[in-house]
Amino acid sequence: MTYEGVWVYAIADHADGDVFLPAGVAGTLVRAMTAGGLTVLASNVDLAEFGEAALRRNLANLAWLEEVARAHHDVVHAAARLFPVLPARFATVYHGDASMVAAFAERGDQLRAALARVGGRMEWGVKVYAVPKQRGAEPVAARPAAPGAGMAYLKRRQSEISAKRESSRTAVASAREVHVGLSGHAARTRLYPPQAPALSGTKEPMLLNAAYLLDAGGAARFASVVADAAAAHPDLRLDLTGPWPPYSFAGQEA
Amino acid sequence: MIEGNIAAAGAGAAQSYGTASVASGRGSANLGDILERILDKGLVIAGDIQVNLLDIELLTIKLRLVIASLDTAREVGINWWENDPWLSADASRRAEERELAAESDLRAENRRLRGLVSELEAGENGGNRATRERRER
Repeated sequence: MTYEGVWVYAIADHADGDVFLPAGVAGTLVRAMTAGGLTVLASNVDLAEFGEAALRRNLANLAWLEEVARAHHDVVHAAARLFPVLPARFATVYHGDASMVAAFAERGDQLRAALARVGGRMEWGVKVYAVPKQRGAEPVAARPAAPGAGMAYLKRRQSEISAKRESSRTAVASAREVHVGLSGHAARTRLYPPQAPALSGTKEPMLLNAAYLLDAGGAARFASVVADAAAAHPDLRLDLTGPWPPYSFAGQEA
Repeated sequence: MIEGNIAAAGAGAAQSYGTASVASGRGSANLGDILERILDKGLVIAGDIQVNLLDIELLTIKLRLVIASLDTAREVGINWWENDPWLSADASRRAEERELAAESDLRAENRRLRGLVSELEAGENGGNRATRERRER
């Protein structure tokens, strides 16, 4: 196997060479290298698997993508718990150390500024789902006498449809309210499209899929704000995930 | 692996808050959560190898299937994040327009249903008459 490629995980201003991190993509060893006064976490990869043409092919293979994505995430996540990092975008690959060092050295100031902005903070994810209303007891008296059955059915359908729309509208408004409330406790926020039920593993529609960048030590308070928001909105279910490395905010300008 | 001493669970372990049940699970992070964070986010430093992740057709199609069913979301009207006023300046105008459009959709549907109801009422009365007529014969 030839290792002519360099895969980048994250940047840090941590100068200590002693980092103990999990294995990187394809089981490679993660190294801490110095570039432009910054530390770059990278590992050597085989261009037969991680070169341009190979990447195009492999990224379309969901099984490969999952394995590499998880390995990449494990390294960035472990590093982010040890020292402030700026996660690099997935699939940032160089032809050798010299080229990688040059690319980072060139942008040293910009990277240090970004590190100061985001590094040391972790992000938390909040997903909000609509909780379907318990079907209340249908008023039995409304049961139509046989002659008007068709008309009554239509009327019932009409009121069901408008009730459904109304509750969906209310839930969306509640989800937005939750987001606005949580944003007040975060340094930055980022919205993602809600995930499909197949992925989220729930039948309930996802109304909000957001990331919140929190200052160090802000997690406990944020979790209690999330719990309070859930208590205040019985029509919603809130899922909190984290801490995540500040992925969603590393590429954002100040 | 490093065990952090941060009091919270590892990324991806979801804590649920809500009316249903307060479930808290440990486990590996949801793949969709990881992918939506690492694929198009993060620090962009031009690498020697330039792969525009959004250009990879198969990947895009698969992720669309897995990550976000936008069409479904639009159908139930939860696509507000696309034009959230927090994210873009003229979004609130679009949001208002959409509200208005939704209102008029609702009114149109009401009209249609009312029409159906009265047709049905007329039909039922006619039907009853027809039955009576048949019985009389």
